[in-house]
Amino acid sequence: MNLIPFLICFPFVVAIFMYLIRNNKIRNGVAYASLVVIMATVVWLLVDFISHGAQGTPILIENELTELVILIAEVGLMFLVVYQCFVHRKYLISLLSIVQTLLIIWVEHFGPEISETPQMLLDRLSVLMIVIVAFIGGMITIYAVGYMHGYHHYHTEFPDRRYYFFALIFVFLGAMFGLVLSKSMLWMDFFWEVTSICSFLLIGYTKTDEAIENSFRALWMNLLGGLMLAIGITVSAFQIGVVDLQTIVEYGLTIPIVCFAFAALTKSAQLPFSRWLLGAMVAPTPSSALLHSATMVKAGVYLLFRLSPALAGTMTGTMVSFIGGLTFFLASLLAISKSDAKAVLAYSTISNLGLIVACAGVGMPETIWAAIYLLIFHAVSKAMMFQDVGAVENSLHSRNIENMQGLIYRLPRLTFIMLIGIAGMYLAPFGMLIAKWAAFKAFVDASNPLLIIFIAFGSATTMFYWTKWMAKIIGPPRVDTPLRDVTKKNEYASLYIHAVIMVVICLLCVPMSKFVVLPIEESLIGSATMTLDSADIMVMVILLIAIVVLPFVCYFGTKKHKRKHVISYMNGVNAGDNKNFIDSFGEEKQLYTANWYMVDYLGENKLLTPCIILSAGVLIIMMCLIIGGAV
Amino acid sequence: MATKQFIFVLLYIVCAPFIGGFLDGVDRKVSARMQGRKGPSVFQPFYDVIKLFQKEPLVVKRSQTFLVMTYLLFMVITGGLFFAGMDLLLCFFSLTTCAMFLVLAASFTHSPYASVGCQRELVQMMAYEPMVLLTAVGFYVATGTFYVKDIIGMDMSAIVYLPGVFIGFLFILTIKMRKSPFDLSTAHHAHQEIVRGVTQEMVGSNLALIHLAEWYETVFLLGVVAMFFVNSNPVSYVAALIVVLLAYFLEILIDNVSARVNWKVLLVSTWVVTLVAGGVNLTILVLMHR
Repeated sequence: MNLIPFLICFPFVVAIFMYLIRNNKIRNGVAYASLVVIMATVVWLLVDFISHGAQGTPILIENELTELVILIAEVGLMFLVVYQCFVHRKYLISLLSIVQTLLIIWVEHFGPEISETPQMLLDRLSVLMIVIVAFIGGMITIYAVGYMHGYHHYHTEFPDRRYYFFALIFVFLGAMFGLVLSKSMLWMDFFWEVTSICSFLLIGYTKTDEAIENSFRALWMNLLGGLMLAIGITVSAFQIGVVDLQTIVEYGLTIPIVCFAFAALTKSAQLPFSRWLLGAMVAPTPSSALLHSATMVKAGVYLLFRLSPALAGTMTGTMVSFIGGLTFFLASLLAISKSDAKAVLAYSTISNLGLIVACAGVGMPETIWAAIYLLIFHAVSKAMMFQDVGAVENSLHSRNIENMQGLIYRLPRLTFIMLIGIAGMYLAPFGMLIAKWAAFKAFVDASNPLLIIFIAFGSATTMFYWTKWMAKIIGPPRVDTPLRDVTKKNEYASLYIHAVIMVVICLLCVPMSKFVVLPIEESLIGSATMTLDSADIMVMVILLIAIVVLPFVCYFGTKKHKRKHVISYMNGVNAGDNKNFIDSFGEEKQLYTANWYMVDYLGENKLLTPCIILSAGVLIIMMCLIIGGAV
Repeated sequence: MATKQFIFVLLYIVCAPFIGGFLDGVDRKVSARMQGRKGPSVFQPFYDVIKLFQKEPLVVKRSQTFLVMTYLLFMVITGGLFFAGMDLLLCFFSLTTCAMFLVLAASFTHSPYASVGCQRELVQMMAYEPMVLLTAVGFYVATGTFYVKDIIGMDMSAIVYLPGVFIGFLFILTIKMRKSPFDLSTAHHAHQEIVRGVTQEMVGSNLALIHLAEWYETVFLLGVVAMFFVNSNPVSYVAALIVVLLAYFLEILIDNVSARVNWKVLLVSTWVVTLVAGGVNLTILVLMHR
């Protein structure tokens, strides 16, 4: 099992090389090679894991040096944050970092006696997470090589600091590996901190005022989560003298668990902490793709999965699932008002994570099934959508959905991938809906009418914003000027692989449930049930065939029909075609049809603050009740 | 069981257009009588559709045809799944997908009236979708299954447990059937301010296909209404038929006595009814089950 230390350390080493190599070609080559090494290691690890019966193996690392390195790194990170905070005059934020670092160091070295337990655990869930991080994260990095080249070609106003960017991405990957393998909360806290600070630096990459503002917002919210994590660790060290995650869950210690759950909510950008993820889209697209799909937000739900046995049927579980359900509905409502494609994706991420969080909070076998399924599906689909929107932006020089009218004729390949992505997000019988359907069943069995209502309303609003996007990109474009597709080969490689994976996940949902989701669920909560019976599977297959085959059959079936073309109806004031009309001054004017965003009702400035206040209120009250009840 | 299912599906595919078209004809006749007119023959919708099929095929954008056709076929599948006694929630998900194809077909030309109609159609979908999903969940809580074939095989009609859900479903039926006051996206009557809205750019056979799909949809939706009443007792089928006819008459009545509302009233009233009638009913039911 020497692979594991290698897997965690290797990306950090690569990061140093990324930072040092200033020649783009050489650095890209090293990046590709390193990614191949990482992916190969993960495949090896996977094969090894399965051939040993896919049993969880705790790993004890008895090495004084490791502890020392972590200690130095922790202090180093603290100084980095403090320095950044003082440079940008955000003094208060530095306190969050100082307090938690000192707290952790004190607990570790001067606090109560902590029994020595294995620090790492390789089990089914962590293997799944590793695969997601390595492959989705890895492909995003491949995409980033091409994307960042174009990015700095068009955005000459930003200094070209690609060496820094790629170094951060590799640190991020390494930290994610560390995070999902940690069994000891002290270790997890360290990696948690690294991902927080990495995302802070990635968001601030362009160094514009907006980027810095948003990066500090991300920083304080995630550091707040880190602080709660540190408090949870301290309490548990005092209560039972153990900082091992699985033991804490077994004991069901209320205060540490509620603290950890709080930290998970901040990391997963649930309301009221959603604003950091919304601000994160100022960063170049690959980092958004990374934050939204394979890393960062998934760290939060990963921790919730680990906690879920201790959440089922408790007040903390109710809090988590309520916040998740509320976020699912409200974020999808807010998404309606957005015409910026990346903002829509950001809200959709928050909303989908809300569903996962709600499922994890309920902690029943069916909901865990749905949550794991959603996690996999969301990682793939969201990574693909972000990369696709990024590629479209490079060619179209806009990421406004209104400017994407008729994109299918202008950038057919990218639009086709986009259509696959959108269809997967909400249409029957693709991934999202299967999970939603399982969640419905589970929430009924868990007697939770409030969550059912949240999902019912959230599904409706989700459908609205996706369908209007889909409707916009098909049909004739507003202008006929041709568009050059500047997407590079490596970007397409990543996009195509994502599209194929996504289609395969949809097609193979039944085997995936049997061989991936159910075993993970079993190792996580001890039992595995999924009531996908044969009749349901048959219906899914019928629907799948229908939605894949019918449009094609109809398309080619009607292609030969003789049809006479006419112009569209505009009260007889068409100016000879469908694109222009004669206005009241008798002059020709271009027709502009726009989607409906309801900004006056659902705009961020109307709705976001009330949402945050509401959810913060619920969160504070429930935290007080839970902690007050436990003391 | 399999042959019985097969016969039901076959009956639906063959008979639904005739039943739906006939009901449409009755609708026009009854509406005319309410307005003091004689009205056309009850078979007029069939004459209309036959005539539409014979018209010269005109299109604004060629690819629209395939989307319209997919819409129709998906509607047949949705209803087919329902009458085969399959999972109700999956039927409703399929209905959503189907409605999406209509929206895509409508917006495909990006022409002004169709675009407005399409956006309004989306708001209508957003309004009725929660109630549709809650209806499926309601049946699950009341009977312990999502399967239509098991739901209708219960000893007690589901309406006993789901009066609120039934009221909520009737409310959204008005939107689904495109009846005033909720016919925002397209109206059956020639007095819509956005002309024909969703179907604006569809003529000839395309429009005929839309009519066919609507007939299939009517039968499917009335099937859901019937499901509230049907149980293992054969007498309940008669009761269900009476209720379905009454519900249909109610929709015609509402259509003729109300003026079209704006989208805010539509959305808010539907969501409030969904919450009050559907949500409260469901909550009580779920808590009783605990």
